[in-house]
Amino acid sequence: MSILVNKSTRLMVQGITGKEGSFHTSACMEYGTNIVAGVTPGKGGMDFEGVPVFNTVSEAVAATKPNASMIFVPPGFAGDAIMESVDAGISLVVCITEGIPVNDMVQVKRFMAGKNSRLIGPNCPGIITPEECKIGIMPGFIHKKGRVGVISRSGTLTYEAVWQVTKVGLGQSTCIGIGGDPVNGTNFIDLLEMFEKDNETDAIVMIGEIGGDAEECAAEFIKSNVSKPVTGFIAGITAPPGRRMGHAGAIISGGKGTASEKMAAMEKAGINVVRNPALIGQTVAETIRK
Amino acid sequence: MNIHEFQAKSLFAQYGIPVPFGKAVYSVDEAEQCAKEIKTDVVVIKAQIHAGGRGKAGGVKLAKDKKDVGKLAGEILGKVLVTHQTGPEGRCVRKLLVEEGININKELYLSLLVDRTYSRPVFITSLEGGMEIEEVAARTPEKVIKEYIDPSVGFQQFNGRNMAFKLGLEPDVIKQFVSMAGKLYRLFVDKGASLIEINPLVITKDNRLIALDAKVSFDDNSLFRHEDVKAFRDLDEEEELEIEASKHGLNYVKLNGNIGCMVNGAGLAMATMDVIKLAGSEPANFLDVGGGASKETVKHAFQILLADNNVKGVFVNIFGGIVRCERIAGGILEAAKEVKLTVPLVVRLDGTNAKEGLEMLRSSGLNLEVASNIWEGAQKIVKLVGGKK
Repeated sequence: MSILVNKSTRLMVQGITGKEGSFHTSACMEYGTNIVAGVTPGKGGMDFEGVPVFNTVSEAVAATKPNASMIFVPPGFAGDAIMESVDAGISLVVCITEGIPVNDMVQVKRFMAGKNSRLIGPNCPGIITPEECKIGIMPGFIHKKGRVGVISRSGTLTYEAVWQVTKVGLGQSTCIGIGGDPVNGTNFIDLLEMFEKDNETDAIVMIGEIGGDAEECAAEFIKSNVSKPVTGFIAGITAPPGRRMGHAGAIISGGKGTASEKMAAMEKAGINVVRNPALIGQTVAETIRK
Repeated sequence: MNIHEFQAKSLFAQYGIPVPFGKAVYSVDEAEQCAKEIKTDVVVIKAQIHAGGRGKAGGVKLAKDKKDVGKLAGEILGKVLVTHQTGPEGRCVRKLLVEEGININKELYLSLLVDRTYSRPVFITSLEGGMEIEEVAARTPEKVIKEYIDPSVGFQQFNGRNMAFKLGLEPDVIKQFVSMAGKLYRLFVDKGASLIEINPLVITKDNRLIALDAKVSFDDNSLFRHEDVKAFRDLDEEEELEIEASKHGLNYVKLNGNIGCMVNGAGLAMATMDVIKLAGSEPANFLDVGGGASKETVKHAFQILLADNNVKGVFVNIFGGIVRCERIAGGILEAAKEVKLTVPLVVRLDGTNAKEGLEMLRSSGLNLEVASNIWEGAQKIVKLVGGKK
């Protein structure tokens, strides 16, 4: 069954004619994603590799009925692009853009309150259900259809985990990068709940990093709501406090958000926490065998 | 991005938030000159560096007599301050803030930031001014007052009253507090701030509310909208190699270990630092070459890594997604031509075109070791460098 995206997903791409947007649209199409529309204001009427381009999301929705959107709009305009999709009723909005001002995201989240859209990202690799639908910038070939769900705040570290899971002979039901920003759309909890209910997912990998308390909240949730085995890793045990480690959200501030606190909370919740990221694949395999 | 206290106070003044009269000075002469313009008997001299804990480290002095201002300023200027936030190497004081002394009756704490969990701006205030708010929160959480702001309408008067009455302020201070909170919120939104902290916010003996200290940090991601804020950047407060890295779009943070790492992606870069530690050594840096790394970026990255004298070995850990491994390999080869590689190098390439990349490196004749995964790579480099630092 997988979660959120599958063969029947109809994808629209915002910023389809830009450098990044066009490159990754082609890669997603090649993977088999059904892309039905593109949006670039001022380029309506064009055609991108057979995909019709519209000036606005509402025109694209009226003509092609997409149910998901992938956003490659530059950071200063990405918040606006997310809201445009939410306003048009797109149920799943995946924003890849890195560098959106936090205050823009605060506005976006407020705008989304009470509406029926879900946002993945921003500043994330996207979401993929192997061999069915890829929405994002991840390399498709490292994935394999299977029964492990992957949720992560990182990009390449997710690829690392996914590749290990593939190499130990397992595969993934769905992999989601929730992004490295301090204010993001979807956090671990909602996805954990979906994976728990998904009858095609047997185990879950959860990859966090320093900063914020999303992992602690997730651990609390897992304790009483998740019965499937969860393997976890937290990046940044060697990160110094007060320094931003690449991701806007990866910072230990006021002594909060350290890797050791997060690992402790996760272990307390019964999660199999690995300290060596090279052991993620192997550990997942062991939890399934048990 | 962090700014100095005197810069933060100039922003406060722009928004009508009361601050003590004072000026930033760069020499003893200027300090004495400034003291003459100050009307109070007591003058305060504060070191201007981007780190907290200045008072304890001897970076804040009180001149009870104006004659002493020059002498005290001379003591702080040029001094290397070591605080809990500067690291053991400390920070050299190049500028001072010379201010009027304030007759303090009460010290409060007030800050404004975005709460990550609730995705909303939140004011945090407390009667325990002058203390680290984290300590207050840990010891007496009931003394920390939070007020969330609805970003769709912004700060409202009632938000201010909620805080002021909980603090138990006197009627004429309440008015000043509500007005100040509103101005802080406007500044926060207008300028793309990520944190405003006033500690202490003081009530004077004649019942005026004044921001005695000011700390403002900005969201790097919104700097492109604020040229005036960008102008506050002080390169003296940044690590030289970090400035160089930022010019080339590289995300680099210098650390204290001896194994340089070059990685694509922030999460994997942190994980790489972590495995170096697990393998028995310490990372010399965090370095994310980013998703779209070109040959050029890799070359610059290499030059920056090797410019750090602590670096006794380099571990390149790349998981190719958008970045093709052969591009990284090309960059390494290019860099090796220009910078003489005198330390051991271990390379792990995986993902898109990893085979091609590794083949390029192997056939280049460059002295390096190849690793097939992150753990093997970390172990190899630690062994080559000779274990613990």
